[in-house]
Amino acid sequence: MTDTVKLKEIASQIRRDIVRMVGNANSGHPGGSLSSTDILTTLFFKVMDQNPAKWTREGSGLDLFFLSAGHLTPVYYSVLARAGYFDIKELNTFRKMGSRLQGHPSVEHGLPGLHVASGSLGQGLSVACGAAVAKKINHDNKAVFVLVGDGETEEGQIWEASMFAAHHKLDNLIAITDWNGQQIDGPVSSVMNLGDLQAKWNAFGWECVVCDGHDVEQIEKTLMECKSKIGDGKPKMILMKTIMGKGVDFMEGTHNWHGKAPSKEQVEKALNQLQETLGDF
Amino acid sequence: MEKYINTGNKDTRSGFGAGLHELGKVNPNVVALCADLTGSLKMDAFAADFPERFIQCGIAEANMVGTAAGLALSGKVPFIGSFAGFVTGRVYDQIRQAVAYSETNVKICASHAGITLGEDGATHQIMEDIGLMRMLPHLTVINPCDYNQTKAATIAIAEHHGPVYLRFGRPSVPNFTPSDQKFEIGKAIKMQEGTDVTIIATGHLVWESLVACEALREKGISAEVINIHTIKPIDKNAVLESAAKTKAVVVAEEHLIAGGLGELVSGILSRELPLPLETVAVNDMFGQSGEPAELMKSYGLDSSNIVEAVMRVISRK
Repeated sequence: MTDTVKLKEIASQIRRDIVRMVGNANSGHPGGSLSSTDILTTLFFKVMDQNPAKWTREGSGLDLFFLSAGHLTPVYYSVLARAGYFDIKELNTFRKMGSRLQGHPSVEHGLPGLHVASGSLGQGLSVACGAAVAKKINHDNKAVFVLVGDGETEEGQIWEASMFAAHHKLDNLIAITDWNGQQIDGPVSSVMNLGDLQAKWNAFGWECVVCDGHDVEQIEKTLMECKSKIGDGKPKMILMKTIMGKGVDFMEGTHNWHGKAPSKEQVEKALNQLQETLGDF
Repeated sequence: MEKYINTGNKDTRSGFGAGLHELGKVNPNVVALCADLTGSLKMDAFAADFPERFIQCGIAEANMVGTAAGLALSGKVPFIGSFAGFVTGRVYDQIRQAVAYSETNVKICASHAGITLGEDGATHQIMEDIGLMRMLPHLTVINPCDYNQTKAATIAIAEHHGPVYLRFGRPSVPNFTPSDQKFEIGKAIKMQEGTDVTIIATGHLVWESLVACEALREKGISAEVINIHTIKPIDKNAVLESAAKTKAVVVAEEHLIAGGLGELVSGILSRELPLPLETVAVNDMFGQSGEPAELMKSYGLDSSNIVEAVMRVISRK
């Protein structure tokens, strides 16, 4: 089992990957990738029953993960590569012509680990609902995880899916909100205030809890608890409190780094703050 | 050549419902999803006999499309049903990203297509759907002509791996194709042999074309009638072969000219075999409330309009 120290080391390397990928491509989304790094690292390296060698698009007998907030490809691709789905060298091709690492996830290009395209927001929760229904029909007792952005929950389809999951008692569906409070145009509270998000999810029939999205022990404990509750009749939403741009001081807490690439100097400055633990790609 | 006889009017949506019910019996991977229109889509027999494989989605089509994509990538064969307007334009982005681009094996089943939806009026009468759906890469687009063909098409698309848009309608219309037909995706059917003009038709307009063919025969004009039930991929060879023989083409469809079969065929002909072509379709306008037959007449979509179009196109030969 991966211990906490190891998880933090992996997360540090993944943050380096994110900065370098976005820097290389001179485009991409570093802010939300850095805010959700600890969540995805804990999921893939500790919580999920996943296996790159056994991976199929159907995902029978394994836990599944869907990235609804499709712009978070830097963290997603790095996590998949570091978990062994493909060679880390391929991270060099991010957003380049002919790459399997498209700007937003694409299955057309055949990257292992990806189930469905995402990027147009609000759709991934519905797809995860379908996968959760399929697992129920197949008597497959594994979990379906999905990550949504907090700004993404402004999409109406999220709430269609939330009603659906509660109505169909999809207790094998574990959703996570990367609650960093920022979106492209500014703080979520000023762009489109979501109000009491926890009360909203609870009112829609979910069990909704709040968790520190940078404390890997707390993330693990919360997610494992949710997994242990498969069978209780309720879908789960974990609002993970995070900081946009976490780990790079000049990117932290601001919407300005939602979809902006750092300059060469900024990449260097960022990498100085992030320990290389597993070797850069 | 065989003469097609109307064996009794039936709605094509009931053909879909019957086909889906058949599939429920033979294919355990088939699941059906509906957005609060189970009765209208004739999905109630499937829902009653296979409740564990019927998923009610409520009035939430966007989520239904995404859910179907999730089921499909998990190995199921989901059939989603709603009115044509609500499973095309309303959810275009969901179909584009989660179904077409993701190549998920989702069957989008669209009833009440076209102006023959009737009294509900233009909000519900989509005549743009063929255009919208055929623009999407990876999507197969099918528009059968009667009850028997819709049933056969429903059964056939379950065996085809890939996303499909299946279009059918609300009103009772002549049922004239064989009940035991095997539906071949992408293969046009020559309904009548002729030498003076080719009438290419899809959906409800196939029967109107056969009626027109009889009327033309009385005028001494020999019309070939081709049923294009699969709009994408279109059977290009069938179109070119017939057009090369008759040297004049009329395309008839219950759709806007923009994006429709007529534009598709005229594109093929202008690139490969330039010939006079006329279309029987609706030109850049919305529909209105009315009875299906009177709407077809008023919007220029019945057999007499096809006869007129044939006379025009022959005069241009």
